[in-house]
Amino acid sequence: MNIALLLEMAADALGDRRAVGDMTYAELQAAADAAASQIDGPHIVLDVNSPAIPIGLFGAAIAGVPFVPLNYRLTQPEIDERRRAVEAAPPGDDVAVLLFTSGTTGPPKAAVLKHEHLTSYILGTVEFMGADEDEAALISVPPYHVAGIAAVLSSVYAGRRIVYLPQFSPEGWVEEALAEGITHAMVVPTMLGRILDVLEEQREELPALRHLSYGGGRMPAAVVARAMALLPDAGLVNAYGLTETSSTISVLTPDDHREALRSGDPAVRARLGSVGRPLPHLEVEIRDGEVCVRGEQVSGEYLGRGSALDADGWYRTNDAGRLDDDGYLYIEGRLDDVIVRGAENLSPGEIEDTLLDHPAVAEAAVVGVPSEEWGEAVAAAVVLADGKVVTEAALQDFVRARLRSARTPERIEFRTELPYNETGKLLRRILKSELSG
Amino acid sequence: MTDQLKPGSRWRSAVCATEVVVVKAPVDDASLECGGHPMVSIDVDPPPGLSLDAAFAEGTKMGKRFADPDTGIELLATKGGDGTLAVNGVAVPQKDAKPLPSSD
Repeated sequence: MNIALLLEMAADALGDRRAVGDMTYAELQAAADAAASQIDGPHIVLDVNSPAIPIGLFGAAIAGVPFVPLNYRLTQPEIDERRRAVEAAPPGDDVAVLLFTSGTTGPPKAAVLKHEHLTSYILGTVEFMGADEDEAALISVPPYHVAGIAAVLSSVYAGRRIVYLPQFSPEGWVEEALAEGITHAMVVPTMLGRILDVLEEQREELPALRHLSYGGGRMPAAVVARAMALLPDAGLVNAYGLTETSSTISVLTPDDHREALRSGDPAVRARLGSVGRPLPHLEVEIRDGEVCVRGEQVSGEYLGRGSALDADGWYRTNDAGRLDDDGYLYIEGRLDDVIVRGAENLSPGEIEDTLLDHPAVAEAAVVGVPSEEWGEAVAAAVVLADGKVVTEAALQDFVRARLRSARTPERIEFRTELPYNETGKLLRRILKSELSG
Repeated sequence: MTDQLKPGSRWRSAVCATEVVVVKAPVDDASLECGGHPMVSIDVDPPPGLSLDAAFAEGTKMGKRFADPDTGIELLATKGGDGTLAVNGVAVPQKDAKPLPSSD
């Protein structure tokens, strides 16, 4: 089933409702039809968020070619390299979207999302025209991120108006949320912390906001608790997913959040640090510590490289994780990021969360660095909270008292900022090479 | 008809406004019907002179999904109508939607 049918149904059922900006669903359909007649090959788009994104996405689908959003910050040689990659392995007409993944090494790699993957995700998670007329979603993730694509498809099928933030700033996000009466939004972890700072500073509340989802990276439990305190009326949703799985595969619902925060049971309380339970139409298993997933929305295919699924259709995510007895999924970081100290596997996430529990620590990152004695040793970089001071030794004591000494960083470096990519993903490889020096 | 019921193929009712898209192909022989008569491909005019069978007139709602446990076919109603969807003469049950909070 073609994703264009999602828009066709919306235009048919609620043609007069506003779809994006000032455009109605009927107008968006007409614009996509017009765009389709101009498109005659893979539709490569370099743009910030604007109504041109849904027009291009659906226009390409109607024309039977893939939509290929690229990061507008790429250099010309990088753009050319991606263009050549698409030309060298022309995708079939069953491909809806090509997304170049944010891998930091090797030649660029494009995840292939077919119409069947994306429509399976939408039909499995969104109720057709389930949104009330006043609902509006603020999209601030870039269009070349899978969450930006999923947000367009979900919003259109639900009948929820899309409001675009062309470029993210926390002040701009809060201003737009207030001005447009935003009811739904999705943010990545670094965005949420900064948004909460602005809300606190401006003593602002977001009365219209009903639903705030976050994902795309590890979210410290302390930030989640702070969000719940500052936005008591907004249901929080933690979503975990990958480009290769057509976005979300697991959600921690608003009720899960409230129950965890209220609970006196440490196991229930710990769920705030989980990514919730897998979507009902998917299967998730842990194999040798790795999260594996199977289902109709799972692509696992890369342009020109074929499928990464095993013979039974399972996709290995390269994320280290575990499932608890109630089926809640915990992500412990990329498998490559696990620190092997002596014979022991250490998860950087657990140590980072402990550092973040210290009131003087605003941001923390933990990596393994080469060690003659242990093979790998634990090293950390932290950013201190405004006006706070703490010594390396005091932080080491703090971690040692909470975790075992093997997990205590042998070295902690203080920094003014940590390296992130533009969608808020910590660039661990960069930090690792810097701390290894 | 089974060969033609490919995922993504679109069908219209011969007697009402209902239209569907096949989400999952049937694994067994399937005749897709609506309002008591075989559905036709979306780009084909239905044969004239047919009328809605009162036994299959409960109606079909747009945006609802239907799954037939016998043949495995799954359908999405892309337009609603007065007829009831059926496979091999048996009404197809609507698939229960499990509402999920919006995550994007």
